[in-house]
Amino acid sequence: MEHNITRLPIESLMQLTNRSKVVVNKKMSFVERLYLPAILGGLMITFRHFFKKKATISYPEVQRDFSPVYRGQHVLKRDEQGRENCTACGLCAVACPAEAISMTASERKKGEEHLYREEKYASVYEINMLRCIFCGLCEEACPKEAIFLTDRIVSSDYQRNGFIYGKDQLVESTDPDKRVDIAGRLKAHRHQ
Amino acid sequence: MAKVTIDGITIEVPDGTTILQAARMIGGDVVPPAMCYYSKLETSGGYCRTCIVKVTKGSEKDPRPMPKPVASCRTTVMDGMVVENTVSPDLLEARKGVVEFLLINHPLDCPICDQAGECHLQDLSYEHGLAKSRYEFKRREFEQIDIGEKIKLHMNRCILCYRCVKVADQLCDGRVHGVINRGDVAEISTYISNAVENDFSGNMIDVCPVGALTDRTFRFKSRVWFTKPMDAHRDCKKCSGKVALWMSGNEVLRVTGRKDRYGELESFICNDCRYEKKNTTDWNIEGPRNIERHSVISQNHYMSLRQLKIDVSKQKELAEKAHRDKQNTQ
Repeated sequence: MEHNITRLPIESLMQLTNRSKVVVNKKMSFVERLYLPAILGGLMITFRHFFKKKATISYPEVQRDFSPVYRGQHVLKRDEQGRENCTACGLCAVACPAEAISMTASERKKGEEHLYREEKYASVYEINMLRCIFCGLCEEACPKEAIFLTDRIVSSDYQRNGFIYGKDQLVESTDPDKRVDIAGRLKAHRHQ
Repeated sequence: MAKVTIDGITIEVPDGTTILQAARMIGGDVVPPAMCYYSKLETSGGYCRTCIVKVTKGSEKDPRPMPKPVASCRTTVMDGMVVENTVSPDLLEARKGVVEFLLINHPLDCPICDQAGECHLQDLSYEHGLAKSRYEFKRREFEQIDIGEKIKLHMNRCILCYRCVKVADQLCDGRVHGVINRGDVAEISTYISNAVENDFSGNMIDVCPVGALTDRTFRFKSRVWFTKPMDAHRDCKKCSGKVALWMSGNEVLRVTGRKDRYGELESFICNDCRYEKKNTTDWNIEGPRNIERHSVISQNHYMSLRQLKIDVSKQKELAEKAHRDKQNTQ
């Protein structure tokens, strides 16, 4: 089989930019051949960096501020009276593009009114953090302002099972001091 | 025979046909929505007013337009009648008003309601309703009642369409429930918390357009869009035995009748099929039920290529032919 490939001259090829440089192998001058000025110039650059502001911080001890739109580990909120907001309506799970959320609903019994806000609640609520892509669609779909993505980072683990977060890790504490602050995100939601 | 024009489409229908039935014969977008009318139940319709249409020409003999929108489920066609449904902005505005009235006392508890996802009022308010209620007064409130062992009545959600009463009247003998009281305090009830025990009483769950009557055996089990609907049948002495199973994995969560595109049952099923037969071994499963692609129920349900009518072998053949042609030219 014969290949008839005709090579086009370089100039006739279409150029997208005019920033391309033609490499020339020109002879170096005496000063250039000494290499010392170039070495000193390089060392100057290195030396200058000692006095510059550091680009890194020493994380765990120092922590950067999170952006208000940062999306990290989820929280299932309680209302002012400490009752769970979530009613297991399933809209977060159906909105989830990664299918990371699953839940089982139960009916609230008499005497549990202080625990759950509505007559139905999620007895099991699981998010697979390995599947989750932290897109925030669950938060957007939630009609009860129950699920929010916070500025907490999902911790690493050696086992896969540890990444399936149940209600024990997702629901916030009833203790008023240990509540998860989502005021910034709530504000963004209500102004949409 | 009478000739009637609905939204510019002319159809010839037998005398005595209602405008709604004529519109359903045409099908598509011209069909007005209906919350209380049910073609399988006699004397249904005329309560909810969602099916109102504008008659711009009464008939050939009397071409005057009708002064007000009319309920299409109760108005029979005349020869030469011209009807406007979706093409009339005034009418859509009027329907919006009707929906607002229906939603006055209806609670916004769709996240809890088992009917969510297959609720006609939800669809209707999504299409015509306002995002916020203008009603400032207290909504009427009732306690939830268990009518019998299998049915839960949420009177708060009821829109008083009378469909369930017609089911009791026409399907079950010796009915025990009906609508008591009048006006704002009207409610569905039984005679002193009497249980509804009749072989076909479960059909009132299926005819209910909202979540007022729900299946207690399915209560809070799952959301409709997480279940997989399957067509199935069994030999039943009491009914046709043709049902829709709502499954999750190999588990039958709920059994209902098969509903057509207007949400009406193809055939009524007995309580035995509905509540007692919850094993896959009880049923001959025909295959997945066809659900409209835009319904929330078909969310995350992946269609096979066969269902999408894409012939794989043909595609493969074409690809192979293209590959051969390419090799030959080289």
